[in-house]
Amino acid sequence: MRVNFTVNGRQQEADDVWEGESLLYVLRERMGLPGSKNACEQGECGSCTVRLDGVPVCSCLVAAGQVEGREVVTVEGLADYAKHRTDQHAGSGCASGACGTTLDSAKRWEAKPSDGRTGEQSELSPIQQAFIDAGAVQCGFCTPGLLVAADELLERNAEPSDADIREALSGNLCRCTGYEKILDAVRLAAARQEEAV
Amino acid sequence: MAQNTRTVPAGTPTNVTQKHNKGGIGESTLRPDGTLKVTGEFAYSSDMWHEDMLWGHTLRSTVAHAEIKSIDISEALAMPGVYSVLTYDDLPTEVKNYGLEIQDTPVLAHGKVRHHGEPVALVAADHPETARRAAAKIKIEYVELPLITDEASATAPDAILVHEGRDDHHIGHVPHPNIVHRQPIIRGNADEAAKRADVIVKGEYTFGMQDQAFLGPESGLAVPSEDGGVELYVATQWLHSDLRQIAPVLGLPEEKVRMTLSGVGGAFGGREDLSMQIHACLLALRTGKPVKIVYNRFESFFGHVHRHPAKLYYEHGATKDGKLTHMKCKIVLDGGAYASASPAVVGNASSLSVGPYVVEDVDIEAIALYSNNPPCGAMRGFGAVQACFAYEAQMDKLAAKLGIDPVEFRQMNAMEQGTLLPTGQPCDSPAPVAELLRRVKARPLPPEKQWLAAGEQADVRALPGGLSNTTHGEGVVRGVGYAVGIKNVGFSEGFDDYSTARVRMEVINGEPVATVHTAMAEVGQGGVTVHAQIARTELGVTQVTIHPADTQVGSAGSTSASRQTYVTGGAVKNACENVREKVLEIGRAKFGSYHPAWATAELLLEGGKVVTDAGEVLADLVDVLEGEAVDLELEWRHRPTEAFDLVTGQGNGHVQYSFAAHRAVVEVDTELGLVKVIELACAQDVGKALNPLSVVGQIQGGTTQGLGVAVMEEIIVDPKTAKVRNPSFTDYLIPTILDTPTIPVDVLELADDHAPYGLRGIGEAPTLSSTPAVLAAIRNATGLELNRTPVRPEHLTGT
Repeated sequence: MRVNFTVNGRQQEADDVWEGESLLYVLRERMGLPGSKNACEQGECGSCTVRLDGVPVCSCLVAAGQVEGREVVTVEGLADYAKHRTDQHAGSGCASGACGTTLDSAKRWEAKPSDGRTGEQSELSPIQQAFIDAGAVQCGFCTPGLLVAADELLERNAEPSDADIREALSGNLCRCTGYEKILDAVRLAAARQEEAV
Repeated sequence: MAQNTRTVPAGTPTNVTQKHNKGGIGESTLRPDGTLKVTGEFAYSSDMWHEDMLWGHTLRSTVAHAEIKSIDISEALAMPGVYSVLTYDDLPTEVKNYGLEIQDTPVLAHGKVRHHGEPVALVAADHPETARRAAAKIKIEYVELPLITDEASATAPDAILVHEGRDDHHIGHVPHPNIVHRQPIIRGNADEAAKRADVIVKGEYTFGMQDQAFLGPESGLAVPSEDGGVELYVATQWLHSDLRQIAPVLGLPEEKVRMTLSGVGGAFGGREDLSMQIHACLLALRTGKPVKIVYNRFESFFGHVHRHPAKLYYEHGATKDGKLTHMKCKIVLDGGAYASASPAVVGNASSLSVGPYVVEDVDIEAIALYSNNPPCGAMRGFGAVQACFAYEAQMDKLAAKLGIDPVEFRQMNAMEQGTLLPTGQPCDSPAPVAELLRRVKARPLPPEKQWLAAGEQADVRALPGGLSNTTHGEGVVRGVGYAVGIKNVGFSEGFDDYSTARVRMEVINGEPVATVHTAMAEVGQGGVTVHAQIARTELGVTQVTIHPADTQVGSAGSTSASRQTYVTGGAVKNACENVREKVLEIGRAKFGSYHPAWATAELLLEGGKVVTDAGEVLADLVDVLEGEAVDLELEWRHRPTEAFDLVTGQGNGHVQYSFAAHRAVVEVDTELGLVKVIELACAQDVGKALNPLSVVGQIQGGTTQGLGVAVMEEIIVDPKTAKVRNPSFTDYLIPTILDTPTIPVDVLELADDHAPYGLRGIGEAPTLSSTPAVLAAIRNATGLELNRTPVRPEHLTGT
């Protein structure tokens, strides 16, 4: 079957998709977006977390056909997604907790093309930068899923407590870090976000 | 099914150049691969892609021990989209087995299968689902055999042999062919010393089978090359060890098997053995097409060895003034169907079985069994973990019996620099065991009943069991427990434990640049960060390129045994020092006549310049190196070790030791049998923290793996069928962010004069003491004996 959907702001079309294929497989093996990770493919580890119409989901549990006509944001598009959100809400603050990105506004942005695998992207989202700065990246396999989940948390809760962070990230397994530095990273991103407002 | 439509070419972690980074050793320099990892662009082994590639799949045995009567592949081969189906009969040479030390592991089962999940056949197809479905159509006729599942069934006089006709070098000294290796250690006279004891405690302990559970699944891409060889992009811990095992099976000379490390999503020992490497190469060579294999999580639990489960029988004595008199122990490790690293695990378990304590009279025996359980091998802590669980429980028992504080009791018996280990080897570097314990004990305790912090209403999220199944704190009691451990660093027992580094220095775009090329597997530990820090420190440059790890440079040894920063770090330091000398020679030849200091002063490279030790600048590196490049590849070794005597266990077997202590604070809901670890504080001596941020990250991660095995992690093998019951992240539980407490870390830096920069391997030690500290805290809270790990609710509620 053919699936039409939007990935990181760009219209995509996948042909000859087998009905049993997951969104994760289509992203990784057909779209050339391997950032969403295949750690368990059972919906247990959160490494493949993407946003589907704004909602974080395990892309391994979503059948490709289910995304027809919908919006997907992966870790590859996180920086531009965050930038767009900032532009959208410049000066308005997020204290009300009602500052999520609407579907309409999500449709009006498009991820910039990256120059392949050199890592020379122009800028990172605050949560991406915070993960690097806090030492929250070790092997990095859990990182993309954690980033998508943490970014969504900070979008709806600008000042999360530690209990809030733990609750929001409890679906994302990490085997390397012991989570302490991941907590540090989310706190750091939240603090920087507050400074910026 | 259709071919892939993806257009992004295969990649490997590319040359990682961090510009404008000033970080030398001792600084918390950030990872050079960090940006790639947070943008999703870092190419892990499962991300490899090649035009026109096929997908490989492994068919695995559904029974644990059986003769194979027949294999019928015809239906699978006839499926559209299937390119190849391979069995044992298709192996191209007489070499059909591999193994780290003993070549007892079949590439594909022949004649019989020895454990549940053993590879039997391979399929290559144009879609992973086609490959899986084709594999399901292969018909195998098994005739089941009796099972060897424990020490009693393995060593029974009429026991069926897991491996008939063994001819490895351990067979001469083991009491039974179903024992892989046995290492006794006899020192002093434990029976005589026992007579001086005022109290004697005995204990039997059971350590469950833990899994490394690295997140990046076993995977890689094999690409056939024009010269009849193959290129393999794979996640591994030791490229050259893989190569040594792969090439003979393929019937290729090693230079025709070119290996490149692709991104590794964690390892923890689970990638020391081969998994899909040979399988992918066989399929690629047979089909003439690139073949990618990616295990799913279910298969991953069968695709790598696990931590040895163990039974440990201990006896300790002490005088009433608190001095240990003697120790006797027997440690039985279940190695499963194939040897893997079992011999070395036995050596570690026996030589470290006393722990970081002074005990002069010991009678020690450690063995590893062959059985029909899943194969076990390397995992973080490597034999020292199981022993630490037992000896630390014994310390608490002795202290309680003597009425002495458990930390004081440990401190009274703590080893220190100069102490002889049970192998007769003196510990010739700092051993701050008592100090590490003092530090974790001195830390203020977290406040009681934190779940009430918000007021009178309990915040159930902070209670044992969390939101799902807690009471409101009625049955919750607190406990505090301590533990300390000793781990060896590097490969022991006479192993030629070397590493190789190639360092090049040249001017690129008007700047001096160093390139570091090693075959070290970066598995997440941060070795690439540290190598760049070492090069900056030794060569005085800002720009350092870390070349991708491959087999085009000499072996770096394994990323295991906490050895890479020591050994490959040492190799990089050594190569840099030699490059520096060459650079200075060039400088002397070019500019020596301009300033007498070139000949007389001690010269350094700093800030891109040649300077005297008094700080006087003699030349810019750019001017010295203009038109020339210095390029050296050198091997580097740590001090030699020697084998343990097979009868007495005596010998200078280890090169360095690493020490960590933990204090665990737990809350236990005694009604529901639920445990919440509130805090797990660690103090560790790292010799010298080359990158403090990474050091703390390693310690916290290791601590969490120890926490996991204390309260939740276990591969459950059905004792009647030897089948694995829980091969999924649904049923094999690893700690989530909700299960993991705050982990404050106290880092000591007491230099080891024998090591580069004084450093000490750090990765494993925190995994040792974390588990017994949590167990001690649960015992402290509940008063229960708890002699097995992990602790499950039924152990706490007696149901």
